[in-house]
Amino acid sequence: MTYTDYLTGEPVVDSKAPQGPVNERWDKRRFEAKLVNPANRRKHTVIVVGTGLAGGSAGATLAEQGYHVVQFCYQDSPRRAHSIAAQGGINAAKNYRNDGDSVHRLFYDTVKGGDFRARESNVHRLAQISVEIIDQCVAQGVPFAREYGGLLDTRSFGGVQVSRTFYARGQTGQQLLLGAYQALSRQIAAGNVEMHPRTEMLDLIVIDGRARGIVARDLITGKIDTYFADAVVLASGGYGNVFYLSTNAMNSNATAVWRAHRRGAYFANPCFTQIHPTCIPRTGDHQSKLTLMSESLRNDGRIWVPKAKGDDRPANKIPEDERDYYLERIYPSFGNLVPRDIASRAAKNVCDEGRGVGPGGQGVYLDFADAIKRMGRKAVEAKYGNLFDMYQRITDEDPYQVPMRIYPAVHYTMGGLWVDYDLQTTVPGLFAIGEANFSDHGANRLGASALMQGLADGYFVLPATINDYLAKNPHQDKVTAEHPVVQEVLAETEDRINLLLSVDGDRTPDSFHREVGELMWEFCGMARSDSGLRKALERIPQIREEFWRRIKVPGTGEEFNQSLEKANRVVDYLELAELMCLDALHRSESCGGHFREESQTPDGEAARRDDEFTYAAAWEFTGTGEAPTLHKEDLVFEYVHPTQRSYA
Amino acid sequence: MKLTLRVWRQKNADADGAMSTYEVDGISSDMSFLEMLDTLNEELILRGEDPVAFDHDCREGICGACSLVINGDAHGPERTTTCQLHMRSFKDGDTIDIEPWRASAFPVIKDLVVDRSAFDRIIQAGGYITAPTGAAPEAHATPVPKPDADFAFEHAECIGCGACVAACPNGAAMLFTSAKINHLNVLPQGAPERETRVLDMVAQMDDEGFGGCTLTGECATACPKGIPLVSITSMNKEWLRATRKVKR
Amino acid sequence: MARTVWDSSVGKKTVMAVSGLIMLSYLVVHMMGNLKIFFGAGEFNEYAHWLRTVGEPFMHYEWTLWLVRIVLVVAVVAHGVSAYQLSRRDIKARPSKYVHKKPRASYATRTMRWGGIILALFIVWHILDLTTGTVHSGGFQEGRPYQNVVDTFSTWYGNVIYIVAVLAVGMHIRHGFWSAAQTLGAGSRTRDRALKTVANVLALLLTCGFLAVPVGVMTGVVS
Repeated sequence: MTYTDYLTGEPVVDSKAPQGPVNERWDKRRFEAKLVNPANRRKHTVIVVGTGLAGGSAGATLAEQGYHVVQFCYQDSPRRAHSIAAQGGINAAKNYRNDGDSVHRLFYDTVKGGDFRARESNVHRLAQISVEIIDQCVAQGVPFAREYGGLLDTRSFGGVQVSRTFYARGQTGQQLLLGAYQALSRQIAAGNVEMHPRTEMLDLIVIDGRARGIVARDLITGKIDTYFADAVVLASGGYGNVFYLSTNAMNSNATAVWRAHRRGAYFANPCFTQIHPTCIPRTGDHQSKLTLMSESLRNDGRIWVPKAKGDDRPANKIPEDERDYYLERIYPSFGNLVPRDIASRAAKNVCDEGRGVGPGGQGVYLDFADAIKRMGRKAVEAKYGNLFDMYQRITDEDPYQVPMRIYPAVHYTMGGLWVDYDLQTTVPGLFAIGEANFSDHGANRLGASALMQGLADGYFVLPATINDYLAKNPHQDKVTAEHPVVQEVLAETEDRINLLLSVDGDRTPDSFHREVGELMWEFCGMARSDSGLRKALERIPQIREEFWRRIKVPGTGEEFNQSLEKANRVVDYLELAELMCLDALHRSESCGGHFREESQTPDGEAARRDDEFTYAAAWEFTGTGEAPTLHKEDLVFEYVHPTQRSYA
Repeated sequence: MKLTLRVWRQKNADADGAMSTYEVDGISSDMSFLEMLDTLNEELILRGEDPVAFDHDCREGICGACSLVINGDAHGPERTTTCQLHMRSFKDGDTIDIEPWRASAFPVIKDLVVDRSAFDRIIQAGGYITAPTGAAPEAHATPVPKPDADFAFEHAECIGCGACVAACPNGAAMLFTSAKINHLNVLPQGAPERETRVLDMVAQMDDEGFGGCTLTGECATACPKGIPLVSITSMNKEWLRATRKVKR
Repeated sequence: MARTVWDSSVGKKTVMAVSGLIMLSYLVVHMMGNLKIFFGAGEFNEYAHWLRTVGEPFMHYEWTLWLVRIVLVVAVVAHGVSAYQLSRRDIKARPSKYVHKKPRASYATRTMRWGGIILALFIVWHILDLTTGTVHSGGFQEGRPYQNVVDTFSTWYGNVIYIVAVLAVGMHIRHGFWSAAQTLGAGSRTRDRALKTVANVLALLLTCGFLAVPVGVMTGVVS
């Protein structure tokens, strides 16, 4: 049986989502969830993997509630999680602008933005909680931008027509993360959180069908150890680094979620990848990562390419009537503010037509000349100064003088571990929050919604729902390192590490990562086709086989060894990539960030096929290279009726 | 470009370190400094040698992981992080010295990687506002004057990279500590813990073995985020105010 | 509170700043007194005598002077001990130096420690020379400071020691005054330029003022 001959199993059902009016469901669930007596909480240990917005806020909040939290991050400090790099802002339905915003509108925009592939109950809860997040962050001292009257400022963002995005210059993620980090630091100091920095989760320990701990490696000493708990929370982020080049941090990886998947957690919608339209184009083969320019630039910048193919005149020499402001032309009502997936695909299309600019024709202009004329250079500087500086530092071009060049790049993964309304995976006791779960964004995430979701999960949702699990499983047997299952998982991990070290081949971990990444970008990137995906699915097992034959990892396992860390992450990319391609192949419709060339309207827009694909695809692992089993979760839309998205 | 690199190699915390010389060729001026080191490491791995260990993560100048002293300058010749430094700042044939942050509070772990957990402990000592989740009042309940909000933001920009300590001849962490204190102390939300915060954080900073401030200004010159030297002055003022107000 | 101050590196810096400012204000007065030498022996000696009778009849003879001396000794000791302890801490905090060295900071900033040691040694010599007369060249005459000063600056080494010390004072004040302002939290972005100017002017005035005396003796204006 080949990998593509997957079987369809029983549907997967979200048993936790309450019924009734959508705006009452969260209250209802919180009331129905069992509570743990405050005095009993300290008897429960919860492992949290990751210290980003979701993990940091969850760790801090669970510790405040009285749980004993054991937390991990691979970075040298919890403050460095990649949430820190989010630039633009965080959405909240505060309606401070009196511009017609409401919880219901944020709910509506998010469901629609996600191209009707998200769960209504979850999205509505997210919109409700968004309001509390801002209150919480302000109380923590997050220095959001303010008006002269001392009140909070907001701005608009791609895909919506209200101004609901709160921001802290171009560093909103940094400021929100530092808020969570500081809250976490308070709990570390109080002894409620046992923090393990520079420690990477390598496997999940499941005993009697419940998640009871993890295997993790101390990255300084190389010691592989086991940690036990009553529940495990994965907040390890997305898997965009499968593509090698992405806006993710260099060390962001999929190991935690992939290992959990191998231990029984279903992986949902792995092919839903967000390609961000405004990144700095690559300069050559040496490129190690791509840098995002905040989407907020599209508020004032105008995107264009030359009308003529192969026009290689400098931008300033191309007269106005020979420029094609293609987003404004195709989507007059949203213009440059169309959602990310649409903007990215449009950029790809004009570049495919041979009208791209810059080296290799892989770029489009983002022009501020009009904005500078309208607002003055000073105002543009105040709004975007740090982004312009960053652009100039990287490209050596002055965006005040010449238009920026941008090109889409992998940015975010909407897919992730399947979770129910309580954010629990299919492994009882294993929770996934933030980008690590398949989340509330459906097939496409709106700008400034990732920060909102990460913090909603960590501060508010998980701390409420995990109680229910712990209350219903109050006296779990104590697990020790001697338990046969623990011994087995530990041995498997050690074997894998030893094998990596012993192959002593002739290729570096990076060379394999780059190879699989380029393959994925070509066949599972902005546009996907049946034939391309099949090609990728044929190639991936070959790369994997070659990997285990030719990989070279220097040094030993008992020391600080960054090559070993990298190689071990690539092992998991080589398996996850295959599942992503299979998911993309099976979903023969186009929706959100997933564009299938076979499924488009006559004018080239994505064509969703609701009759066949109104479900989340949750995949069950059956073995490396073995066809996984598909479990469908049907999506029901009672409040936002699916329509073909139109931003024209 | 062809370059000669002299890199600090140190097997582990206990071992003695020394500078080793490497030649790299085919370096593009568009490469970032870390991509240049990636190129070196790929070669070293294939030659069967131990690649150079260095901290890095986001590579967009915000996580604060990267931490190299390049030709004697923390983060190199430009005012930015190492990951945002590009090879166009160097010339073909240059010899570049690469060393780790040096301070006794930042012991070397391996090669160019140092342990900066002392910074985390300074934050743990008081670099937060006690606001348990769920207890927050409506965000607009307390307006914050824009100049105060801007002042807070300017100091909150600190990425905790430690360049200030690396550049300081005394290995002092005054700029780092002052940045957090100024960020939180100027806000109305930070007022209840204003005095204890500065006293506790400064005490922790001393306990970690950082040096004292002689106001040489090296920290502010090296800071990739432009935290100003006067930030230390503001902290001193807060500290003196707190010693007057709090009886200990 | 005293414990908090003395135990903290920031507190010890405050001690240095306050003691430094005390010494600085003393130097200003001292320099102005010195300049009286240009008005002749009578006025200068009379001034010196007056220093001993300040505050009478409330104060007994030399009480005020001794009070000032005690304050100064406390300031010098506090300044010196703090500097010593802080320097020890600083050196310990940065045990290994960079292989690639670069000249850093301004000359005045970098020479604070050596400048301080030079000044400490100078003060000892200066007191033994002109207050107690222990190491005075020629016959030291109690109550005849004018002649004593002229004697000191009539020797080449007297001039060399003095001039080196005065230059060190200038440098020390140039960084020290501004630094003390920062330590005491008096600096701000808008005030920085003004503070630096005041520091430079003070340094220059004191250097010139103190140098005027040996130069006066050397050129024969004072004899």
